Amino acid sequence: MQKYRANLMMCAGTGCVACGALKIKDALKAELKARHLEDEIQIVLTGCNGFCSNGPIMAVFPDGIFYQKLKPEDIPLLVEEHLLKGRPVEKFMYQEPDKKTKVPAMKDIPFFNLQVLRALRNKGMIDPEKIEDYIARDGYQAAAKALLHMTSEEIVKEIKDSGIRGRGGAGFPTGLKWEFCSKVKSDIKYILCNGDEGDPGAFMDRSVMEADPHVVLEGMIIGAKAIGAKMGYIYVRAEYPLAVKRLQIAIDQAKEAGLLGENILDSGFSLNIEIYEGAGAFVCGEETALMRSIEGKRGMPRPRPPFPAVKGLWDKPTVLNNVETFANIPPIILNGADWFRSLGTEKSTGTKVFALTGAVNNIGLIEVPMGIPLRTIIYDIGGGIKNNRKFKAVQLGGPSGGCIPESLLDTPVDYESINATGAIVGSGGMVVMDDSNCMVGMAKFFLEFTAEESCGKCPPCRVGTKVMLDMLTDISEGRGKEGDMEVLKDLSADIINTSLCGLGQTAPNPVLTTIKYFRDEYESHIKDKWCKAGVCKTLTTFYIDETLCKGCGLCLRACPKGAITGEKKQPHKIDNELCVKCRSCYVACPVKFGAVKIGPGNMAVGAESK
Amino acid sequence: MARLKIEDLQRIKEEHKAASTLREGGFRAKITVHMGTCGLAAGARNIMSALLDEIEKSGVTDVIATTSGCAGLCSREPMATIEIINNPPVKYGSLTEDKIRRIFKEHIIGGNVIEEYALVIGSETAY
Repeated sequence: MQKYRANLMMCAGTGCVACGALKIKDALKAELKARHLEDEIQIVLTGCNGFCSNGPIMAVFPDGIFYQKLKPEDIPLLVEEHLLKGRPVEKFMYQEPDKKTKVPAMKDIPFFNLQVLRALRNKGMIDPEKIEDYIARDGYQAAAKALLHMTSEEIVKEIKDSGIRGRGGAGFPTGLKWEFCSKVKSDIKYILCNGDEGDPGAFMDRSVMEADPHVVLEGMIIGAKAIGAKMGYIYVRAEYPLAVKRLQIAIDQAKEAGLLGENILDSGFSLNIEIYEGAGAFVCGEETALMRSIEGKRGMPRPRPPFPAVKGLWDKPTVLNNVETFANIPPIILNGADWFRSLGTEKSTGTKVFALTGAVNNIGLIEVPMGIPLRTIIYDIGGGIKNNRKFKAVQLGGPSGGCIPESLLDTPVDYESINATGAIVGSGGMVVMDDSNCMVGMAKFFLEFTAEESCGKCPPCRVGTKVMLDMLTDISEGRGKEGDMEVLKDLSADIINTSLCGLGQTAPNPVLTTIKYFRDEYESHIKDKWCKAGVCKTLTTFYIDETLCKGCGLCLRACPKGAITGEKKQPHKIDNELCVKCRSCYVACPVKFGAVKIGPGNMAVGAESK
Repeated sequence: MARLKIEDLQRIKEEHKAASTLREGGFRAKITVHMGTCGLAAGARNIMSALLDEIEKSGVTDVIATTSGCAGLCSREPMATIEIINNPPVKYGSLTEDKIRRIFKEHIIGGNVIEEYALVIGSETAY
C-alpha cells in the first residue's frame, strides 16, 4: 500500500459540494502535483462532516487541523505553508463567535468536542466509496459476529437490552419490534430501511447514507438475521441523489465481496438488498404507506393492527427501521448492550443525531448523548444566537413537533422529557428561532406543510388540517376572532384522536405548543391586530422613532422601494404608502440604535410622531 | 474484490492500519522533517521522500512523518526531529538520504539514538 504522510479529509457531503468543495479538491490536486507532493499527501473525499455552515471544510491529519470556508484561490498558500513547510495557516481556521483567537484543532472546537459520535462515527474519517476504508474501522465485524456466532434470539436480546429506540421519530423500542417479527412464522420476511427523511430542515439520515453507506447495509444484515429475512429494501427519496449513488456503490461492493448475496461469509445466511427510490411524498415516511409505495401502489397508510411485523410488505412479516437506528446496530453487537447504555438516560439510551439549524451561529449535524440539556446544544455546540439577537424558541421534531420556549431550555433531550413539553424528539430536526420569528407564522408554516402533504385518505387529517390552516391564515391576516384559540385546541384534539396515521396524529402539535407557550402572541394578533415580530404583513407597520434615529442612512439604502427619506444625520421617515413591509430597514438598523420600530397593522400614518 | 472470508476482514483492517493511525492518532513515533526555506534549499524534500520510502518498505503502521518550519539552526539543515512515545525528542542535523534511512532503521525501529548524527536531545522550553 502507498504510504502517505498526510491525509486531507475533504468533506464532499451535499452541503459542501454545493458551496464548491469539488473545486477546492481540483485546486488541491493541481497544487499538490505542481509541488510534487501527490505521492506524499492523499486527498480523501468523505461524507458530511457536520459543520455545514462553515463549508467547504477540510481536516488535515495527522495534525488534526481544521480548515473552513475555503476558496480555490486559498489553496496555493495553504499547500505551501502547511503541507510543505508545516506551518498551519491561521486565517483559514475556525474562529469562535465573540472570541478573537483562532481555534486550530478539531478537538478544541466546542462544536466538535461536546459531541459523542456513534451513529456518525465514520463521518469524515473514511472515503464512503471504498469498502476497505469501512472495514479498516471494524466494518462488517459485527455482521460476521452476528452471522457466525449468534442466534437470532441472542441478537434480539442484545438489542432489547441495549434499550435502543427507533430514531425515526416514534421512539418504539427496536428490540421489541425485532422480537415480534422473529416470532411470526413465515417463509418470506422483509427487512426495510426508512431513508425517506421528510422533515423540513432535517438531514441526519442523508448524512449517514452519504458518509457511511456500508453501516446501513451492515445494520440491515444483522436485523435480517434476527428476524429471518432474506430480502431487504432501502427506501430513499429520489431528492437524495448522492445518497442513492453511494448506497448503490456500497451494495455493489458488498455483493462482490460476498457480504451480501448467497451464503454470506460462509455462514449459510443469505440476504439481498435493493434500493427503492421514493418520489418525495412526506406521508411515505409512515411505515404502512412506505410499504404500499414499494409495492408500486399509491403511498397511503392503512389502519393497524395488523402490524407490519405480522402483515407488512406484500402482506409478509416486515421490520422497518430508520437509517440512524441501523447505524447504531453494529457497535451494539460488537461492544454489547451495556456499552450502549453507558450513555443517555434510563429510558432513552445512547446518542441521538440532530440537524441543528436556524438562528444559531454553528449550523450543522451533531450527535450528542441523550439527556443533554437543550441549552448546552444551543449555546455551547451551536455557539449561541446569531447577530447577538435574543433566543425565542426551539422547534423540535419538524411538522410533528413543537416549540419549546426559553423557560424550558434546561429540559434534558430524552423521549419522555421532550414529550412532556408537547414537542417530540422526532427524527432530529432542531430549528432555533430568535425574536424576529413570529410564532403564529411558524405554526402556519408547518400546518401548510402537513395540509399539503396529507394523503387525503382520512377526513380528520384531510379536512381538519385545512380548516386549522384557514383559521391561522385568518389570524395572521387580521381576521382573527375571540375564541379562535379555543376552537383550534378543540379541533386539534379531534384530529389527534381520530386520524389514521402519525401524520394527522401529530400535525396539530406546532399549533398546540405555540398556543401553550406563546399565547400572548396569538392574543396580540387577534385583539390588537399587531404582529410584534413584524412578520405578518397586514398586522405590521414599520416606523422610525425620531428620538433614536441617528440619520446614518443604512435603512434608506436598504429600502428597495425608496420609501424612506431623510437628510444625513437627521431623523429619517418611512412612507407607509410605499412601504412593502419587507423588513429590510428593520434588519439594517444597527442594534445599538434600534430606531426602526414595529407597530400594529392599523397604526395611522403619522401617529408615530405623537 | 474477491469473495471475503471472515479472516479477510481482519487482514484488510491490518492493511489499512497506517491510514487509520494517521487519521485517528495512536502512533508510536513521529518524525518531523523541518521544511523551512532553509531546509528546502538544503534538500529536505529528498529527506522526506527517502523517509517515506523507508516507512513504506518496512511496513510499520504506527509511525507518522510530518513537516514543520525552520528549527532555528539553518546552517545544520536538513534537520529532523524524532519523537518516540515516552522518550525525549532527538534532533538530527546535516542529514543526507543515507543518514535518514539509517536513522529510521536504528533509531525508530531499533530504538537506539545514533549519537554521531544527533545534534541534541530534548527541546527548548517555551515557558
